[in-house]
Amino acid sequence: MLFFMETVISGLLAGIMYSLVALGFVLIFKASGVFNFSQGVMALFAALTLVGLLSGTVPFTHVDNPSFAIPAWAAIPLTIIVMIIVAILIERFILRHLVNQEHIILFMAMVGLSYVFEGAGDIIWGSDVKVIDLGLPHGAWDWLLDTHGLYIEKIELVAAAAAVVLVVVLAAFFQKTRIGRALRAVADDHQAALSVGISLRYIWIIVWSVAGIVALVTGVVWGAKSGIQFSLSLIALKALPVLILGGFESIPGAIVGGLIIGVGEKLAEVFGGEVIVAIFGRWFEIDPGIFTATENWFAYVLALIFLLFRPQGLFGEKIIERV
Amino acid sequence: MAQEKKSPGTAAETPPSILSVNNIEVIYDHVILVLKGVSLEVPQGGIVALLGANGAGKSTTLKAISNLLHAERGEVTKGSIMFKGARVDARSTNDLVKRGCIQVMEGRHCFEHLTVEENLLTGAFTRGNARKEIRDDLELVYTYFPRLKERRKSLAGYISGGEQQMTAIGRALMSRPKMILLDEPSMGLAPQLVKEIFEIVKLLNTQQGVSVLLAEQNTNMALKYSQYGYILENGRVVMDGPADELRENPDVKEFYLGISDEGRRSFRNVRSYRRRKRWLN
Repeated sequence: MLFFMETVISGLLAGIMYSLVALGFVLIFKASGVFNFSQGVMALFAALTLVGLLSGTVPFTHVDNPSFAIPAWAAIPLTIIVMIIVAILIERFILRHLVNQEHIILFMAMVGLSYVFEGAGDIIWGSDVKVIDLGLPHGAWDWLLDTHGLYIEKIELVAAAAAVVLVVVLAAFFQKTRIGRALRAVADDHQAALSVGISLRYIWIIVWSVAGIVALVTGVVWGAKSGIQFSLSLIALKALPVLILGGFESIPGAIVGGLIIGVGEKLAEVFGGEVIVAIFGRWFEIDPGIFTATENWFAYVLALIFLLFRPQGLFGEKIIERV
Repeated sequence: MAQEKKSPGTAAETPPSILSVNNIEVIYDHVILVLKGVSLEVPQGGIVALLGANGAGKSTTLKAISNLLHAERGEVTKGSIMFKGARVDARSTNDLVKRGCIQVMEGRHCFEHLTVEENLLTGAFTRGNARKEIRDDLELVYTYFPRLKERRKSLAGYISGGEQQMTAIGRALMSRPKMILLDEPSMGLAPQLVKEIFEIVKLLNTQQGVSVLLAEQNTNMALKYSQYGYILENGRVVMDGPADELRENPDVKEFYLGISDEGRRSFRNVRSYRRRKRWLN
């Protein structure tokens, strides 16, 4: 039972990472109808920038110069500024010119963008695996280990807390502020939003900046767990099944979808073989060993099932119909 | 109101126009010619009707003025548009709203997942964070549309068509416009509601001094509430004149109001109407 609990909890915590990436996707998709393929690489780029600033790496040289090192309280805002500049550049050089084009054209532009990010990250900050040290706690949470015998990494709890804070802040921003209201208006009806004088360009810059900040949080948390490396961009792919599960337009969907995928794949990895054997073992002789490494494809199979039976996802936009 | 009901359109004695459209041509997608030279004037404080059948170019004219055209891959290729004495045909919608010219789109286009009140507040987007004033204006909108006050917390997607139309007009009012481009407010509404909405528009016109350019298919209603009218056909203005004159015009009566002095006419006479129209051009 304890082992089961540990599996579920570590699944939930991994799921939070998927949720964060999916959140970035949803924000941009809602406001501009663009499927931002590069969200994962954006997380990588943001994390690389932060580490570069922290360790005083001189851009383009890949050499650390400790005298340029910037403390975390300044490096984080600086990284956020970099992400905002990136958002402005994306609007200026991509979105502005491709607005009203076919979806597939924008999608291809986003695929291209992800390579630009990857290349830029490589050229500016170098491609070696980096360790990020923001003073986040490491190791097991002793109290839980002593009292309940559960092993949970502190860093994962920090990740969970960061995700919760981020979601609460975003929700407040969307519900309570003038800009947030405008963002929701744009998501609802582009044309009408334009007609009341909401400037789409401005909204796009904001939404990409917010996605950039979400990417930064994702990159840092993920990087603190397993080092900042280029495979980070692959978590973007895991966000796809999350989106299919949760619905492309739903923020709660992105979060719940991420958690379901996280827990699901951990459970499938650990118990999948036993379950299969328990069900089919009567008729066939099955070696439970062949059901390992399900973690890699479980999410995609789940997404496939969802596509077949509930293509709008769990939380797909509520379609308002008046009769 | 300085401006009186009578005939604003004709040259000399007219007060300065708040909006003048000079011979514009609109092309969609670089190939489809939709407007072939439309000119019209809206005097300060006037209500001007833009009439015509489906596809005549009414909405396109309004979108050309508000520059929503741009988002639909349309552009004004000839002519000019003047608003309050400045050329605006290359201005963004955002800029025009700031200058005081706002469009209420056909089919209402409320933000369905926002409440009625949030819908109204988005109308004040261009005014920044002037909270106190925006609150006051919200109350003002509620005095014109008391129904909206009752439904302020409902999602706009769930209110009735008439209430949605009111929300759309109220939302536009929140930008403190000098001029509203009102696109087919009667669409899909019961006659009683249409009357109610036109009464409110009239009231806004006289009390708030908002000029109105009204695109309508409901010719009868539109001519009742406006002072001057233009009739569009196939992207051209085929007739214009003071509203009461248009209402008495036999062609307008027959083709837009469905009344005929001469009883039933055969289709042969339709051709003669076409000839007359061409002559008008």
